[in-house]
Amino acid sequence: MITLTIDGAEITVEPGTTVLQACQIAGAEIPHFCFHERLSITGSCRMCLVEMEKSPKPIASCAMPVGEGMVIRTDTESVKHARQGVMEFLLINHPLDCPICDQGGECDLQDQAMAYGRGLSRYGENKRAVEEKDFGPLIKTVMTRCIHCTRCVRFMDEVAGVAQLGGLWRGEELEIATVIESGLDSELSGNIIDLCPVGALTSKPYAFAARSWELVKTETVDVMDAVGGNIRVDTRGPQVMRILPRLNEAVNQEWLADKSRFACDGLRRQRLDRPYLRGSSGSLEPATWDQAFAAVRDRLSGVDGSRIGAIAGDLCEAESMTALKDLMTALRCPNLDCRQDGAKLDPSARVGYLFNSTIAGIDIADLCLLIGTDPRHEAPIVNARLRQRWLAGGFTIGTVGPETRLTYPSSRLGAGPRTLQEIAEGKHEFCAALAAAERPMLILGMGALRRDDGAAVLAAARAIAERYTFLSDDWNGFNVLQAAAARVGGLDLGLVPGTGGLDTTGMIDAAESGALEVLYLLGADEIDTSRFGAAFVVYQGHHGDAGAQRADVVLPGAAYTEKPGHYVNTEGRVQRARRAADPPGDAREDWTILRALSEVLGRTLPYDDVGALRARMIEIAPHFAAPDDLTPAPWAPFGTTGAMDPAPFAAAIANYYMTDPISRASETMAECTRVFVPDDAMAATGGDGS
Amino acid sequence: MLTDSDRIFTNLYGTGDAGLAGARARGDWDDTKALLVRGRDAIVAEIKDSGLRGRGGAGFPTGLKWSFMPKEPDGRPAYLVVNADESEPGTCKDRDILRHDPHKLIEGALVAGFAMGAVATYIYVRGEFFNEAQALQRAVDEAYDAGLIGKNACGSGYDHDVYVHRGAGAYICGEETALIESLEGNKGQPRLKPPFPANVGVWGCPTTVNNVETIAVAPTILRRGASWFSSFGRPNNTGTKVFCISGHVEKPCNVEESMSIPLKELIETHAGGVRGGWDNLLAIIPGGSSVPMIPKSDCDKVLMDFDALRDVKSGLGTAAVIVMDKSTDLIAAIARLAHFYKHESCGQCTPCREGTGWMLRILERIGSGRAGIGEIDLLEQVSRQVEGHTICALGDAAAWPIQGLIRHFRPELERRILDHHKAA
Repeated sequence: MITLTIDGAEITVEPGTTVLQACQIAGAEIPHFCFHERLSITGSCRMCLVEMEKSPKPIASCAMPVGEGMVIRTDTESVKHARQGVMEFLLINHPLDCPICDQGGECDLQDQAMAYGRGLSRYGENKRAVEEKDFGPLIKTVMTRCIHCTRCVRFMDEVAGVAQLGGLWRGEELEIATVIESGLDSELSGNIIDLCPVGALTSKPYAFAARSWELVKTETVDVMDAVGGNIRVDTRGPQVMRILPRLNEAVNQEWLADKSRFACDGLRRQRLDRPYLRGSSGSLEPATWDQAFAAVRDRLSGVDGSRIGAIAGDLCEAESMTALKDLMTALRCPNLDCRQDGAKLDPSARVGYLFNSTIAGIDIADLCLLIGTDPRHEAPIVNARLRQRWLAGGFTIGTVGPETRLTYPSSRLGAGPRTLQEIAEGKHEFCAALAAAERPMLILGMGALRRDDGAAVLAAARAIAERYTFLSDDWNGFNVLQAAAARVGGLDLGLVPGTGGLDTTGMIDAAESGALEVLYLLGADEIDTSRFGAAFVVYQGHHGDAGAQRADVVLPGAAYTEKPGHYVNTEGRVQRARRAADPPGDAREDWTILRALSEVLGRTLPYDDVGALRARMIEIAPHFAAPDDLTPAPWAPFGTTGAMDPAPFAAAIANYYMTDPISRASETMAECTRVFVPDDAMAATGGDGS
Repeated sequence: MLTDSDRIFTNLYGTGDAGLAGARARGDWDDTKALLVRGRDAIVAEIKDSGLRGRGGAGFPTGLKWSFMPKEPDGRPAYLVVNADESEPGTCKDRDILRHDPHKLIEGALVAGFAMGAVATYIYVRGEFFNEAQALQRAVDEAYDAGLIGKNACGSGYDHDVYVHRGAGAYICGEETALIESLEGNKGQPRLKPPFPANVGVWGCPTTVNNVETIAVAPTILRRGASWFSSFGRPNNTGTKVFCISGHVEKPCNVEESMSIPLKELIETHAGGVRGGWDNLLAIIPGGSSVPMIPKSDCDKVLMDFDALRDVKSGLGTAAVIVMDKSTDLIAAIARLAHFYKHESCGQCTPCREGTGWMLRILERIGSGRAGIGEIDLLEQVSRQVEGHTICALGDAAAWPIQGLIRHFRPELERRILDHHKAA
């Protein structure tokens, strides 16, 4: 520990702390622009100058590590003048257009100019103007406002791993730009909007849409992937205006993936805002709740439970899935599944479908084997963490699966199960690295499990974990990277076929053959809706996507921003979502729809409020009682050892920007798809979400 | 006046053969092995005793700098980098060493590299110095062929490679950390210190960056002894130095002279005096464009060394003496320098990026009289806001000439403004 004196008071801090951080700990606020604790230090804005004893010049506190016996002063006249001078320099070429700047009200420059600047400008010369740059459909640039802190450049280089930004020219002419103006090809690009301390980089879809002080801020969690990024949803009236990341060191640090941030305009489009019934003409016609419920009751009367099926989709919160499961149980229906993509996840052992190392655990792993997964697109936040680990050094990465564009070097060991088999049997050259690793981790993606032989692949991965040092008292290196926010919750709650019940594939086959008469889709859209035969389809959800198009009855539900609920992320972390806006029109929170329907069907579910429902959830899965905590799952057998198809693993996601009903409804995501996704990948993107 | 026998650079004017044979005839490469045999510590001690201070402008004690290099290797190689990116306006001494006496530099690189445990020397030559880089490369090739450098250099058992690297023409790359960045292939922008290059330099390895002249004088100091070198000049300002005299003198020249020579004597003896006589002198920039000018009253008696020039609020810098007689428009002259610094600012840190342009614009308006009297104070304050607040010394270098102008010639600035207002 190092002791130094700051403004006359002694303080003891960890070695390696910077003077700026020490000052903050000591309670002396240091203004700064270029410094960001997750990025490398450039010390270039010069706003954080402080006095250090024995130094003739003021020092940049962000770049100076603390030293024993240092004497720092942050409150002297010369420090004040230095800050005033730097602030004046920053402002001379910065347009004073705060009233028309989207950053206004949440601008570091504005705030610090108030606190540390002069009241008047002494600059009478012409101001510099800089041409706008094309950073793609997500980021609006007003480069004249840029103060050259290079946070965006460092973020793209270091965190995103896509070195597209840099400084062109020099001196006054310095411009932050890409060499070729083709848009920032990164799934994390939106974070540079948050990092930009001024209004140079702002959100293009949100441009001029609202002022920060008009917005109501709700802290909740994201559902665009299974990471469960912590977000803040900013609403004005009924509309979600924008989504920003929240700090959670264990999950998303302070980053957010672009789909999670920018797909929110999809919440305003294609919404189901009233019940619909399939009319005699064959088209969906508006109906009342009573008519819709009556239609379901009429069709279900006399139908045996074994001839009913229910599928829960990717965005469902635990509450509605609990109600669905209880309702189906009451109807004596064993045909229930939450794995609409057909992934052969084994519900019998929780350890077999979780990201057991935890996302933060990546930081201490020393080897990573990626199996049938492209974390860059399936979970950009996890990918950023892998890159962060790789940057720290001593991290070997091998991949088995399709070619990927990861943001760190990896060796591609093979394309499919054959390689997996070789590794499991110790016959692959990568085995030497595996054997030498102390904390290896493997990440099994949906590309490996969404296959007919998925259970065998799962077992092969388990064999690898058991053969090498993946498992120890304080380490579990077996990880499944889920792609859907609802999946772990669904498996935890037991939304899987009961005794003799059919899984998703079985239900679709049975519907086609006529063995299944009624199909209840709870937000399930990523299935082949053309194969339902003559089945009567009830669709409960929030978007007019594939499921609703095929439905005979549409029950309008709430999107993730419109209902309180619990989601379990891929780590098994229970997180609570909050209601930021009201569901549109006649739409209702999903569990209340199921509760109301159960009454119409004469099988009234035994909970009248959300508290009772949550008690029921905790009864099924006790970990719902402790949101945000992680309970390590005990190792247990899972998967089914068997023959594997030698066909290579396929990519789990063809188009990162469109994976669910919300992002498919988003104009912003459509524009991203047009700009960033190659045409051949687009062809594969349809309602089946393949 | 320094006698010829005490001059280190005996081919400064290119009158002799710049090649290896000529260099040997002048005493270079004479039993260099014997110098190395003395050992690292002895060489560093000799250089320390000689009082040699860096010749690139900052004047840091050379022996001390060398001693910062790790004594025991920690697995990383160490490097010597020679700064031959001579771009300071008014300065042209390294250029003549490179083209007329390159073997002095190469031998110095071997000796200095050995003294700091370096495995190789990179000589970073200013991009515009095409012919000089070729001359240097020829000399390096000759030295390799003669076994003087490379494997078992001079038969000493010590391996030392010398590489010539050409810059792309940016003044800022003469700043040692920007030079390192540029050498690594990055955009030439100064790095933060600490860490200092002696700890984390080229490719993260211990590195010492020295000026051409500093390295080139080292073998001679070792041969003739520290006491010989320190017999010139005043204490703390010892040795001989190449001065570059330009501007309004009869015979602009480079000349090697003793440190602490009176400025007037330097000009009158070697440059044929000020054009129109000493009384026609207006002001002198004594150490390259980065140091403040001094008026004639100071020039009359000031000695050319670090301490004496510091006492008149200027500096020895690169010892490039720029003489301006009474025909000079000082405001235009300093505005030209301000333009240079604005053009060469890397743009990385705020005060320099924004301040250099602002200072230039004010100065240009003052030069044409289109300014308020109060703007002289504003200019002074802006220069103070730049000075000392930047990552590297370019900010200081941009501020000091302007401060020197205001300090000594404020009435001239005021007159220019008032004349314009009267005429308008």
